[in-house]
Amino acid sequence: MVLVKRIVLDVLKPHQPNALEFSQTIAAACNDCQVHLTVLEMDENTETVEVVITGNAIKFDDIQLAISDMGGSLHSIDQVEVQSETNDA
Amino acid sequence: MGLLDKVIFLLRITQTNDIVRRYFVVNGFDGALTMMGLIIGFLVSTPADLTVIINACLGAAIALGMSGFSSAYISESAERKRALGKLEDAMIQDLHESAHGEASRWVPLLIALVNGLAPLVISLLILMPLWLSKSGFLLPLPPLYAAIIVALFLVFLLGLFIGHIAKISWLRSGIQTLLVAALTAAMIFLVARY
Repeated sequence: MVLVKRIVLDVLKPHQPNALEFSQTIAAACNDCQVHLTVLEMDENTETVEVVITGNAIKFDDIQLAISDMGGSLHSIDQVEVQSETNDA
Repeated sequence: MGLLDKVIFLLRITQTNDIVRRYFVVNGFDGALTMMGLIIGFLVSTPADLTVIINACLGAAIALGMSGFSSAYISESAERKRALGKLEDAMIQDLHESAHGEASRWVPLLIALVNGLAPLVISLLILMPLWLSKSGFLLPLPPLYAAIIVALFLVFLLGLFIGHIAKISWLRSGIQTLLVAALTAAMIFLVARY
């Protein structure tokens, strides 16, 4: 089984919800995750942010859904860290 | 997310909290002064049956409520659609399924409800002494005077609320709105006399 441990996303989002609410919603969407958000660029209506998510088993689909629910648009997946796990059972 | 949290979230992302507050005060004030004006009008006219007064005031209250609801809904729907379109252009994507799309559908309704209910509820509260008197309750004052006192009290409360928002002296703000109501009453008495 391959588990996603860390993922870096480039996201375009509206100003609202703000960075805090945006990262809180992402954190709520994935179990036991740590979210680190950096605003890279500000425009009149939008902002480009870098979202770094670290966790034990990140479910990418849940994160993507949370981002689009808040009106964000995932531009690219910039970094990924995955780990395979041997199934002893 | 609970219903109240959802409402707060939608108002926050559309940054319409202040619009809701403003509509509540403006239309609430409108309702209170309209009812007070009508009641003073009846007071200075040939004495009329309480049922006639209640029906006339109730008609005005419902019209104020409907007017507030429909006008706010139409204007806010247009504003929200425009804002969503602008955001969609900036994001280069359809946002109808996102929180912003949801907000553009629900926020106009929320604002319209506040705008419609504020004058209606305030008017109904002002009419309470008239209903109580008609139902046989003994009031310490004649019902029309009691209704005017309720109207003045509600206007004062709206003033306190404005003071609380503006973070200025609550009492001063309450007295200011009370003075506006007193001036309105004086003008009606004056016009009715001459």
